[in-house]
Amino acid sequence: MTQTAPILLTVDGLTKAYPGVVANSDVSFTIAEGEVHALLGENGAGKSTLVKMIYGLVRPDSGSMTLRGAPYEPSEPRAARADGVAMVFQHFSLFDALNVAENIALGMENPPPQSQLAARIRDVSETYGLPLDPAAIVGNLSAGERQRVEIIRCLLQDPKLLIMDEPTSVLTPQEVEILFETLRKLSAEGTAILYISHKLEEIRNLCDSATVLRLGKVVGTCNPREKTATELAEMMVGQILHVPVRAPRDVGDVVLEVKNLSAESPNAFGTSLKNVSFTVRAGEVLGICGVAGNGQDELLAALSGEVRADAGAVLVNGTPVGALGPNERRHLAILAAPEERLGHAAAPDMSLTENALLTGAIREKLTNHGFLKWPAIRAFAEKVIEEFDVRTPGAGNAARSLSGGNLQKFVVGREVLQRPDVLVVNQPTWGVDASAAAAIRQSLLDLTAEGAAVIVISQDLDELMEISDSFAALNEGRLTEPRPALGLTINEIGLMMGGAHGMEVAHV
Amino acid sequence: MFRLEKRPQPSQFWTLLTPIIAVVATMIAGGLLFALLGKAPIEAIRTIFWDPLFSEFAWYYRPQILIKAAPLILIGIGLSLGFRAGVWNIGAEGQFILGAIFGAGAGLAFYPADYWFIFPLMVIAGAFGGMLWALIPALLKTRFGTNEILVSLMLVYVAEHILSSVSFGLLKNPEGHGFPGSRNLQQYEAASNAEIIAGTGIHWGVIAALLAVIAAYVLLNRHIIGYQIRLTGQAPRAARFAGVRPNLLIIFCMGLSGALAGVAGMFEVAGPMGQISVDFNQGLGFTAIIVAFLGRLHPVGILFAGMLLALTSVGGDIAQSNLGLPAASIKAFQGMLLFFILASDVLSNFRVRIGTAETA
Amino acid sequence: MDLSTINPVVLIATLMVAATPILLAATGELVAEKSGVLNLGVEGMMITGAICGFAVAVETGSPFFGFIAAAIGGALLSLIFGVLTQILLANQVATGLALTLFGLGLSALLGQSYAGIKPPSTFKLDMPLISDIPVLGPILFNHDLMVYVSIGLVALVWAALKYSRIGLVVRAVGENHEAAHALGYKVVRIRLLAIMFGGACAGLGGAYLSLIRVPQWTEGMTAGAGWIALAIVVFGSWKPWRVLLGAYLFGGVTGLQLNLQVAGADIPVEYLSMAPYLITIIVLVIMSADKSRAALSAPASLGKVFHATS
Repeated sequence: MTQTAPILLTVDGLTKAYPGVVANSDVSFTIAEGEVHALLGENGAGKSTLVKMIYGLVRPDSGSMTLRGAPYEPSEPRAARADGVAMVFQHFSLFDALNVAENIALGMENPPPQSQLAARIRDVSETYGLPLDPAAIVGNLSAGERQRVEIIRCLLQDPKLLIMDEPTSVLTPQEVEILFETLRKLSAEGTAILYISHKLEEIRNLCDSATVLRLGKVVGTCNPREKTATELAEMMVGQILHVPVRAPRDVGDVVLEVKNLSAESPNAFGTSLKNVSFTVRAGEVLGICGVAGNGQDELLAALSGEVRADAGAVLVNGTPVGALGPNERRHLAILAAPEERLGHAAAPDMSLTENALLTGAIREKLTNHGFLKWPAIRAFAEKVIEEFDVRTPGAGNAARSLSGGNLQKFVVGREVLQRPDVLVVNQPTWGVDASAAAAIRQSLLDLTAEGAAVIVISQDLDELMEISDSFAALNEGRLTEPRPALGLTINEIGLMMGGAHGMEVAHV
Repeated sequence: MFRLEKRPQPSQFWTLLTPIIAVVATMIAGGLLFALLGKAPIEAIRTIFWDPLFSEFAWYYRPQILIKAAPLILIGIGLSLGFRAGVWNIGAEGQFILGAIFGAGAGLAFYPADYWFIFPLMVIAGAFGGMLWALIPALLKTRFGTNEILVSLMLVYVAEHILSSVSFGLLKNPEGHGFPGSRNLQQYEAASNAEIIAGTGIHWGVIAALLAVIAAYVLLNRHIIGYQIRLTGQAPRAARFAGVRPNLLIIFCMGLSGALAGVAGMFEVAGPMGQISVDFNQGLGFTAIIVAFLGRLHPVGILFAGMLLALTSVGGDIAQSNLGLPAASIKAFQGMLLFFILASDVLSNFRVRIGTAETA
Repeated sequence: MDLSTINPVVLIATLMVAATPILLAATGELVAEKSGVLNLGVEGMMITGAICGFAVAVETGSPFFGFIAAAIGGALLSLIFGVLTQILLANQVATGLALTLFGLGLSALLGQSYAGIKPPSTFKLDMPLISDIPVLGPILFNHDLMVYVSIGLVALVWAALKYSRIGLVVRAVGENHEAAHALGYKVVRIRLLAIMFGGACAGLGGAYLSLIRVPQWTEGMTAGAGWIALAIVVFGSWKPWRVLLGAYLFGGVTGLQLNLQVAGADIPVEYLSMAPYLITIIVLVIMSADKSRAALSAPASLGKVFHATS
């Protein structure tokens, strides 16, 4: 990228405070036309708030912005779009029941009639190598295709600045390559890209410059290509990380055996499980990767007992448990920690004490003929809080008052402390800061050292590489044959995850 | 402009205070309404809220309040359990009617015999009738996913037609000179729900209401089923994860609320009302919905809310005869009360900030 | 019993009249639900419309002003619901019930001096030649204007939802309010307008009852019509023409039931009168039994509270 390109956007001293936290404090940086600029930082560093201010979703408390030399104060996203700023969200703002063309029309100020729009969608999607059928119902699309809808929606407006919030978290490595090709092409045509991520290799691969945020402040600006990943990580985290210790493993007998497990998804747009088979031995961690929405929730539900299957489809120590409910499985020491913390793993408005009862009633013997033993429940909640370093004023506080990371520690801790023989966790460190994530991973490894079988479902490949003994991938409800984790390359994992999904455009 | 900021957890203080705010706001708005109708607002409010308790005829009105409150509390307790679990039984009126028909029918089947078991049998029959009526929407919901709100409500209209049918047919008093309506149960001692202590208004329905309050309190706060009810209402997915079987819970909540409404109907028809007649049900099943919400779906709250609504009903009757206030105005007044309680709910879950509007 | 007294042509003509109040209310509720709002106060809005329309028609002598007043009355009442649920974030089920209870009380209060009066009669469409065509004439060309207005309204709502920008936005808000908000659409404002449209339509439906169908004012005269309208939205799987079909089927059952009563059927009157409610339940069961379809056609954000965070 040429360094002489004119400045497109200047952000000067933006500050935004919420009750209790300063999300952004005096943030300044510039983006040149055609530049791919990274915004780097941990979860909670203030990246999202910053881009929401640029996109007009949040108004800064103080500070100013200029776009192509003119003052820029978008009062709403519509104004931002009118000024040529477009954004692709991390959690897509799409409408499942509407078709692609309708979704795209909703993101445009003056959409042409549907027939012309469909033609333009085909046009743009061919130009940038993002094939898409305008008449398809969005709810039936894969995560990668859904992202294309968002991107094309932005591109149809000829943006000068394209904001991408964690775009690769839902993509296979191969799909990431396709996306990067598209972004490079856009950049070459003069579109600036503000690229938000915490994935260091991606940023070194794609971006021309980077602004690093920590706790809402800019802690550095650099050219990421001139830095090593470790240097970037240290800028981002501000400390040397504690990497989990892998105790030498004595892998024991098979504890969990899943045989030809098929289960209908409870959701209309969910993914049903198809013939899933695998085994996990005592002391082993099975890592299951896959792009979001390929059956992760369904697999957890089938293992926890929320969704029942054939009795013989799930065997624990030889006992068929496939038809049992969650509490019957808890009696047999099969525990689970779902991905969605608020509303699934925990009830948001209930206290931590009440949330401890949610899964602890059986194994911790917290009831007596159905009557609740409140002192014992409180003691169990306090034990989780203490042993997992959950930061909260007390067990009487509502679950929703905790930060994501703290609640995650509570949710994982609650299961780990119940001495499971089999533990299934989905996205154990999603949205958790680096040190808490390391602590959670360590607790899972400690559990295996005591002879438990652990299944970690995650979209974070680095995490899985770090703790897994064997590795499998979910793809449209099917699970690949588990392989030993040692020696797997990222390319092999990508092929496991996506197969040839979306590969037809790899030539672009 | 103002904006709302979600509290990290619901405010205990506001949760207790909001019903009081709602009542005061209703008095003000109701006063305005009465003024528009050309009645002296302060006098009307005083007649409704003060006279039943402290006027010179209070000795007559106070028992009336208990009598009116008992069915409201019984039904309200049952409804509140379902509402907490997200099960919307709004057909309590129909279950009340069926309970009354079954209860009265069981009693009248033995007329004029005098066995000790007749009254207990009527209680069981009343509960069974109400439960049966409530289990129709419950089973349709669990089996087919049919919306329980609409089905339970449609069944109210069906129940009203059944009521009119039995008043003219099956249960019609053979000695009633052709008038519709059953025999008067107050005159059939074995089946009569008479006052236990004369002059207090306390009949078996009042005792049952108090027992229901205590039982519901214990259930919700000390028992795993109560916990599962609360969990299902707040986070249905978490409830399934906790091992709750949603269908069983729906059947439990609907069946129980139907049984309580049925029992209330039976006590009403065997006591204060005396007989099955075309319109003996006075919309108590709907008023009980207001009671449940005004009491914040909490057993003790419902006890007070039931008394308050009974007070306004008795007071409304006084205002009707003394001030010529239309009967309908008290219905509008009670509806207003429900609006205000729902509106002030926002205070316990959100902080209200005055200031410039946030765009997001 | 003498079934020959039931004339199919008259039956079809009467079913259209019987169905019109429900059709009007259901069409309005369909729009509100499409925007993601479940307003259970239809019954309350209908009866408020019934008395507003009746009172104004009697006072002004003009049914036209009566219908206008009914629409305004229904919309104003629905605004209470809108403010409570959209701005004060109250539970939609409870607030809708409150609206019905309040509407029933308020209408009884407003209507005290109007019981037993005859309203001014409403203009009928007078098409001398075509209305005399046998069979088709009485069915198609011999109704009061509101029957045609209600059909026109269905067509309008259908076209608007399917083809217009505002229809697309309404559907989007009902489908995923978070996403619509992120794209910069004013979720609360759009929903308030949809709620008020629903209120106005319910008011018109109520006025149709008190001014044309009955025509008289009595307390509680809607007798569950609002609830049946809600059921018909489910029956119609949120599609305007199916709602029309559902309303006419329901009107047919009501008309047939009345005809059977007149014909002196052996079935007791009470059982005939409960038929419409029982049939509504059966229809609801049939519609919901097909779970996947019910889940796909209902707006995904229906009944959920929207509070803009971040």
